[in-house]
Amino acid sequence: MGSSRIQASETRPLVDGYRPAAGQFDEMRTSDGGLRPHWQYLIDALRELGADGIDGRWQEARRLVRDNGVTYNVHGDPQGMSRPWELDPLPLLIRGDEWASLERGLIQRAELLNAVLCDLYGARSLIKKGVLPPELVDGFPGYLLPCYGAPMTDDRPLVLYGADLTRDTTGAWRVIGDRTQSPSGSGYALENRVVLSRVMPSVFRDSHVHRLAGFYRSVRRAMGRIAPGQDDHARIAVLTPGPRNEAYFEHAYLANYLGFNLVQGSDLSVRDGALWLRTLGRLERIDALLRRVDDGRCDPLELNEDSLLGVPGMLQAVRTGNLAVANALGSGVLEHPGLTAFLPALCEHLLGEPLLLPNLQTWWCGRREARDFVIANLDSLVIKPAGGPAGQRCLFGAKLDRAQRAELVAAIRREPHRYVAQEQVQPSTAPAYIDGALAPRPFVLRSFLVSEQEGYMVMPGGLSRIALDPETPMISSQLGGLGKDTWVLASEPERQETLIVAPDANAPGSFPAVVQESEVSSRVADNLFWIGRYAERAEGLVRLLRILIIQLTERSSVADEGDASSCLRLLLAALTHQSQTYPGFIGEGAEALLQQPVPEVLSLISDQRRAGALPQTLQALGQAAWSVRERLSNDTWRVTNDIERRQRLLTQVPPRGLGRALDLLDPLITSLVAFAALTQENMTHNEGWHFLEAGRRLERTSHTASLLRATLVSVTPEPGESILIESVLGVTDSLITYRRRYQAGTRVGAMLDLVLQDEANPRSVAYQVARLATLVDEMPRDSLSGRRTPAQRTLLRLLTELRLAELDHLARPSEGSTLRDALDRLLANVGSSISALSNAITAQYFRHEEQPHHLIGQRPEACAAAAEGCGAGEAGGD
Amino acid sequence: MRYQVKHVTRYGYGGPVSLCHSIAHLKPRETLYQRCVAANLRINPWPSVVREHRDFFGNRVNYFSVQQSHLELGVTATAEVDVQPPRWPVAKETLPWDRVRSQLQSTSSAEGLAARLFALPSPAIVLDPAAADYARESFPRGRPLLEAALELVRRIHQDFDYDPTSTTVVTPLSEVLASRRGVCQDFAHLAISALRGLGLAARYVSGYLETLPPPGQPKLRGADASHAWLAVYLPDAAQGGSWIDLDPTNDCLISDQYITTAIGRDYQDVTPVRGVFYGGGEHRLSVSVDVDRVDAA
Repeated sequence: MGSSRIQASETRPLVDGYRPAAGQFDEMRTSDGGLRPHWQYLIDALRELGADGIDGRWQEARRLVRDNGVTYNVHGDPQGMSRPWELDPLPLLIRGDEWASLERGLIQRAELLNAVLCDLYGARSLIKKGVLPPELVDGFPGYLLPCYGAPMTDDRPLVLYGADLTRDTTGAWRVIGDRTQSPSGSGYALENRVVLSRVMPSVFRDSHVHRLAGFYRSVRRAMGRIAPGQDDHARIAVLTPGPRNEAYFEHAYLANYLGFNLVQGSDLSVRDGALWLRTLGRLERIDALLRRVDDGRCDPLELNEDSLLGVPGMLQAVRTGNLAVANALGSGVLEHPGLTAFLPALCEHLLGEPLLLPNLQTWWCGRREARDFVIANLDSLVIKPAGGPAGQRCLFGAKLDRAQRAELVAAIRREPHRYVAQEQVQPSTAPAYIDGALAPRPFVLRSFLVSEQEGYMVMPGGLSRIALDPETPMISSQLGGLGKDTWVLASEPERQETLIVAPDANAPGSFPAVVQESEVSSRVADNLFWIGRYAERAEGLVRLLRILIIQLTERSSVADEGDASSCLRLLLAALTHQSQTYPGFIGEGAEALLQQPVPEVLSLISDQRRAGALPQTLQALGQAAWSVRERLSNDTWRVTNDIERRQRLLTQVPPRGLGRALDLLDPLITSLVAFAALTQENMTHNEGWHFLEAGRRLERTSHTASLLRATLVSVTPEPGESILIESVLGVTDSLITYRRRYQAGTRVGAMLDLVLQDEANPRSVAYQVARLATLVDEMPRDSLSGRRTPAQRTLLRLLTELRLAELDHLARPSEGSTLRDALDRLLANVGSSISALSNAITAQYFRHEEQPHHLIGQRPEACAAAAEGCGAGEAGGD
Repeated sequence: MRYQVKHVTRYGYGGPVSLCHSIAHLKPRETLYQRCVAANLRINPWPSVVREHRDFFGNRVNYFSVQQSHLELGVTATAEVDVQPPRWPVAKETLPWDRVRSQLQSTSSAEGLAARLFALPSPAIVLDPAAADYARESFPRGRPLLEAALELVRRIHQDFDYDPTSTTVVTPLSEVLASRRGVCQDFAHLAISALRGLGLAARYVSGYLETLPPPGQPKLRGADASHAWLAVYLPDAAQGGSWIDLDPTNDCLISDQYITTAIGRDYQDVTPVRGVFYGGGEHRLSVSVDVDRVDAA
């Protein structure tokens, strides 16, 4: 077929073995085995690449997905199950003309569902006129009674809509699920596109694929439009359930791409009937929310009381007209699976036209005829519970045993309005790249729509997911499986598009070019502060470990009496102090450990369960970074992923020897330094960054002071002290400067000059404290009074003390003692001042509002009262 | 009859509360027999926002938020209400209950369709089969609806003890059925669950009942309480349908001594005061209610 110049033997494994099941519609092959013409170009290009070429692209795609940290799972859970998003390198191809008709059907469906939504929370004429049975709507927990009558913020409160599509055996598209709460997946669709167009640039370019950026531009416009006041500077935020949500990657990704702030319920508060974001010492108004939290969980005052994901009073803010939410609170009612059975009639009733896109055949058991049919035909049906007890799942009638079947029938008869049955479909198949060849796999296409001023707009493409198991009876509507990009083929090439609006874009309704720099919430600042601390803590620990390992490889224990052994002792003690893994090399049992220090050192490098050890510090860094994913650039994120990978290397195959440990630590230092540099160079030095930087400086002050205190307070006889000083200079990365500056040997005074007091050395204690003083001065203040805050006072006192300290005095042991008491006092003071500073910053900026509580409910308690004339059965009648 | 109702709700906190949002169902609605002449809500400390809207059931709902630090929250609702003696149908002349059930299922009238919601289980009232079983002996085939319902109400009154210590606001129905104890809210929920279990529509009513002191003694202040009962739906060829209010706590049809505040599927739809607050720690609730006759001018 075609004019391929490649020998058949090379292509055989790729395409020729591709055999769709008989009777099933396949996207690429016709029923008589021919190739559908719109696949020709892609297949030719794949042949050109050859198996190795495709494999190379595929590996590249996987690498990109991994580096970009695209996940669909709980990140950083204890089992370490951060599952990367799996991407198939083959796109799904759809012809432009076919897409156009599918698009019409989708737009009609969105308009129809939107009209139903408006009616159910407004006039309820569909129920009053008997078009929809009241049990279907009113008996469904997704119909939120408190939302009744709340103003719908726009003609189209269904701002975003997602439809899951497949083809039946005849090749006709059918809708198998509607997503009306907050359809997820559009972020993954975008990421799939970014990756695929990068690994197959020429194929992508020459295939004339419709671009996606226009869709996201419409989303931004839509959010601006529904915001009250139609203000051009509407403040818009994406509400996420938080970093533990399986689609959190997407929330952060979309917030970034759209230029909206990413917020959690605990960042928000309703005051004066409006929604506010708690930032550092201020409240900032939010006009519109793109929610990724189910509507029922958005307001514990009026909706689900147990939810902590929302904001008390949110519904009232909507009711008052001060806040718009997309999709409107209450839109979950449209996800009732039984509504599907009524759509053809609803379409005729509301739009006066037939439904273009057919559904799955659906029976709502609330109707007697449907119920009888369902009970008689259980074997061929899928039973979906509609809002029963949580956790009820879809049941395949054919798979039930006798007892289960009887139980189901009884449940249906007891509460028929809660059960819906649908025909089972054999989804069509599309080619997937599996084990080096193309194989047919069932797929579902989720398409996305957004409301425009004039009507709905469909994303040209969407998120396709394929089931890895070819026998899967039905692909779940949840995300999962293998992702696939979807290419809608245009007849002509399209212009390159990006989301950044050109300044001359003055077309009516265009989104303002200026998007406010998103505000830093207290939670974000808190996380950034800890990112700074953990990153620096890890770096300091690795530096100390590195020097220690070098010393240890030279002598394996402190057993042999020698000059270096006392130096090693002190460094090991410093390790325990710095990692706070007491007793360790200090106190009880220390002597035994000092004789055999290697296992303890290795444990601090690789023991995942040990608080204070390196893996936990790195994990904490990863989690804090993940919590503010949207604030980190892609490059920073790549390095974060790299650090996480190295942490896994440490824990999954713990190094058995020091040499191997050193091999693992060296690249880790490089990654940590890269992380530090990126946060320095690639982040805007705004409010949030100030906290990250302060965290880093604070941590560095603390571990440098702790190192000096552990090693230098007691006097070590020479030449031990020289080795010690060299080690300390090594850990603090100041050796080169020291040698250049003080050519004549090593002296404690000189080293204190460099590592303690020199404000020009970016590793010295005084440098950190001076930096901290500047940073704290620049942090937001709630009052305009010139009075110093507790943090400022602490720093001023400390910096003065450091500046005034006399090095000779510090370096000299006390009379008749081997201890440098003055140095000890100064360093102890540094330690306590730093922890006071940390507390002061926390108290001033990260004070989280307490969790909300519910008022006790009062109940009616009128007792059996002696009401006059109250006799049973006697009342009544004229 | 004209009544003046004063319903005072006080919350005291162990520590300062920085912010409180609240929803109150305290202003009496209109009914076929009741007109609200005046209603007023006083909140202390001064609320930053007070708003009123009608909920799904047509009740008057007040939202308010207190944004200044406070240790105590007081909500005083006062209302003046005119109540006419309701005119209930003669019990033995009402439609057989099973006819009512089938009419309800096939109805196409707006009233009937609206009533069907109240035949479904609701958040606080599960359809406990034991409740329907309890009711069934009063509902033989063909018995007039009101006659059967009144007997159910009388049996609840006889079989269950009024005991405020036995249940709380969250005690499930199954426990009430087992212990045969409860307060008016429990009795109303029980009767509603039983009627719904039989396929009838029943709704929850919250309000007040005028109490009278023993002869010759003065009425005690603040000694009244809010009350709860139920109403059952009776289709009616002429009017489309009507609701009949029954009080299982006092074994009667309601009279003009009953003041209706709000109606809903169950207690949760019409909680007098609900709220969410920040801070505060432990908190206490105290309530006092006065229902007084006034001479209509």
